[in-house]
Amino acid sequence: MHFATKKSVHAALLAIASFVFMGAGDGLEQRFQDLGHKLMCKCGCNQILLECNHVGCSYSERMRAELMGGLQRGDSDSLVLQAFVQKYGATVLAAPPTTGFNQVAWITPYLALLTGIVLVVVLVRKWKYRVVPAGASDLNAAELDALRQRARQETQL
Amino acid sequence: MAELGSYSLLLALGLSAYSFVAGAWALLRKGEASDRLAESARRAGIAVFVAVLVAAAVLVISTFQNNFSIAYIFHHSNRDLPAAYKFAALWSGQEGSLLFWSLLLASYGLVLRLRYRVDPRLVAHASAVIAAVQVFFLLLVNFPANPFAMMQGSLPPDGNGLNPLLQYPEMVIHPPMLYLGYVGFTVPFAFALAALMMKYPGEKWIHITRRWTMVTWLFLTCGIFLGAHWAYSVLGWGGYWGWDPVENASLQPWLTGTAFLHSVMMQEKRGMLKVWNVWLIFCTFLLSIFGTFLTRSGVVSSVHAFAQSSIGTWFVSFLALTFAVCVYWFVRNRDHLRSENRLESLVSRESSFLFNNLLLLVACFTVLWGTLFPVLSECVQGTKVTVGPPFFNRVNIPVAVLLLILTAVGPLLAWRKTSVESLKRNFLMPACLSVATAVILIAFGFRPFTDTAAFYSLITICLSVLVAATVVSEFVRGGRVIAGHTGQNLLASMVQLTRRNTRRYGGYIVHFGVIVIMIGFAGAAFNRDIERELGNGDSMSIGPYTLTCKSYTQDDNPNYSSEWAIIDVTKNGRHVDTLYPERRFYKASQQAATMVANRSTLPEDLYLVYSGLNQDSGRPIIRAHLNPLVLWIWIGVHIVIIGTLIALVPSISAVRVAMRVPARAAVEEEARHPAAVGD
Repeated sequence: MHFATKKSVHAALLAIASFVFMGAGDGLEQRFQDLGHKLMCKCGCNQILLECNHVGCSYSERMRAELMGGLQRGDSDSLVLQAFVQKYGATVLAAPPTTGFNQVAWITPYLALLTGIVLVVVLVRKWKYRVVPAGASDLNAAELDALRQRARQETQL
Repeated sequence: MAELGSYSLLLALGLSAYSFVAGAWALLRKGEASDRLAESARRAGIAVFVAVLVAAAVLVISTFQNNFSIAYIFHHSNRDLPAAYKFAALWSGQEGSLLFWSLLLASYGLVLRLRYRVDPRLVAHASAVIAAVQVFFLLLVNFPANPFAMMQGSLPPDGNGLNPLLQYPEMVIHPPMLYLGYVGFTVPFAFALAALMMKYPGEKWIHITRRWTMVTWLFLTCGIFLGAHWAYSVLGWGGYWGWDPVENASLQPWLTGTAFLHSVMMQEKRGMLKVWNVWLIFCTFLLSIFGTFLTRSGVVSSVHAFAQSSIGTWFVSFLALTFAVCVYWFVRNRDHLRSENRLESLVSRESSFLFNNLLLLVACFTVLWGTLFPVLSECVQGTKVTVGPPFFNRVNIPVAVLLLILTAVGPLLAWRKTSVESLKRNFLMPACLSVATAVILIAFGFRPFTDTAAFYSLITICLSVLVAATVVSEFVRGGRVIAGHTGQNLLASMVQLTRRNTRRYGGYIVHFGVIVIMIGFAGAAFNRDIERELGNGDSMSIGPYTLTCKSYTQDDNPNYSSEWAIIDVTKNGRHVDTLYPERRFYKASQQAATMVANRSTLPEDLYLVYSGLNQDSGRPIIRAHLNPLVLWIWIGVHIVIIGTLIALVPSISAVRVAMRVPARAAVEEEARHPAAVGD
């Protein structure tokens, strides 16, 4: 079937499904949108499933229909995602799952931020007590002028 | 013709190698002979520009002459390609873009070498570093990625044509801007390494490179946002940023470059963060090269990547060598980078810069981490995972929110130490405005607790108001002081204020532009879309708009055939526009592409995509997106550009000093006019 035909069939299916489930319609559509943004299209376009508009894409229409089918069957979100992983492999998920080694992906950025904040605070405290070579008592006029100039420079951005 | 190009590249390589070796040798020796050698190295560096320019010109001319005996032209052009895209073919493929990179580097080198009198010895060191980088890129275009490689077998009658996605006006300027940014960071890198190598006293190298860095940063900013606008206008998926590895590769040096632009102020004003600044600019340069490696090696998959090739090994070797050189000189001369001051308080401008740098670097690390995690996962688990937009959005949005808070607070902090009282006094009004914004938005139906995206959206908008209020208060406060002294009105005083310290107030304008962009990003939380088949007279609705298909048709020209629909747009029953979403089929490359029809207004974009034609019914399928606040992003970018240009203009006090002060009295005058120092 030509991809455009498939697109229109799918659009019609979506419209019918949306109409049928209008009672709980918002919830179903919302779940379709949420889950559709957690999945990747597998045509190689590297796009989120619901954002794939790859001309001639042989995957996105079918995958969207499968997603809607799962939701219509009443499957839970995790079951729907699991079914996709089983069929298309782990790379179908748009982000690493929060299990096993993949947790490292999620934890590391926050850990880096926390470590950085602690480091900056420690550094600021350390630098507060840093000894700098500047005794003001026995300076000559030229050195004092230089210091005054530096003070002006530092107080103007 | 191709021979001329090949020989020019070989000549450029020889000249570059001579410029590096002779320049380095001259720096190691002393005396008149070494001065002559240094001068010849400088002239060789200038000649490199001429040789590379000739090679690039040969490639462009050959493209216009449809010389398909050159493999690069066969793969990236065809007879019916419009002239502008024939020119753009220069940077549309692996080999041509590397030649273009070499040309830009040679151009930067030319400017640097012509302006050597600013500090001959420092420039000689920097020039040798640039020559070394130039040798690497010229090695690439002479051997593994030669743009003048010939076609094997019989001469083809026509070329494969340019990728249809690249046949868009912005693609004529987006890559040059991006490359100007990437390549431009070589100059501050070269100066930083040169200053470290020669233990250059003081911060003059930073004054010399400040404008280079800002110009480079501006080019990279323009390149990134032109790319985003191109993706939005051409790819037709309704978004502008997909966290693709190639997009990420451009963002990383931008983030470290932004951190550098902030942290150099610490070095200029307080003589602090010298080690940090040197490594920041080293990392920025290395990330530029690393980004190029990612794009061209095939290590990560990307829609934007060039064809996979063996060129990755060259880049890894160059990265390793450059890193080793940086580490060597740092270890050898690190004593030279001792800080001159101490930090007096956590509540100070200095610590705000530290936190600013931390957040920008964490953002950079996060982007790098996410980009490379699939490779790491494959090594550890044996299976690749996808790290896409949900990951990047979730980990980067909190960092962006913290950065916004800092952007609001930072300008209110004084150098050295700020009293909590003064912070409260300056912060009270902006904070009240920010809270009032939240209350008004919620009162008008904004529901921040429906999902995370909506919550972050509200936070972003409120913090943006906070930043805008602090920026405005800074202008008003300074303007009032000048108005008090001169009797001018407040607006004229604020203009005067900006002219007196262009760097500071230009910077504030850049901050203002950034928050306008952030408001635009916040709108993405409320994107909607719908797809329908529309025959003549059929309608569909999205938000306040009703879209009615008036007609649909087809066309044909030598370059492509096309299908498009004519869609009448009504808003609340009133006709507001007619849009023409289109789909093209490019004949030479046998590829299709969408031409988005977009009605962009301040509140929202109505974005129509011609998805295809139903072969059974013969009717077009139209996808409509309603994307709030996208126009704010492009407006914000213009404000950022204006702010940066203002910051690049010398302050009036600096100009006056330069005009009236004879060289001998320069030091005394500087003391009397401190704004002239570092403006």
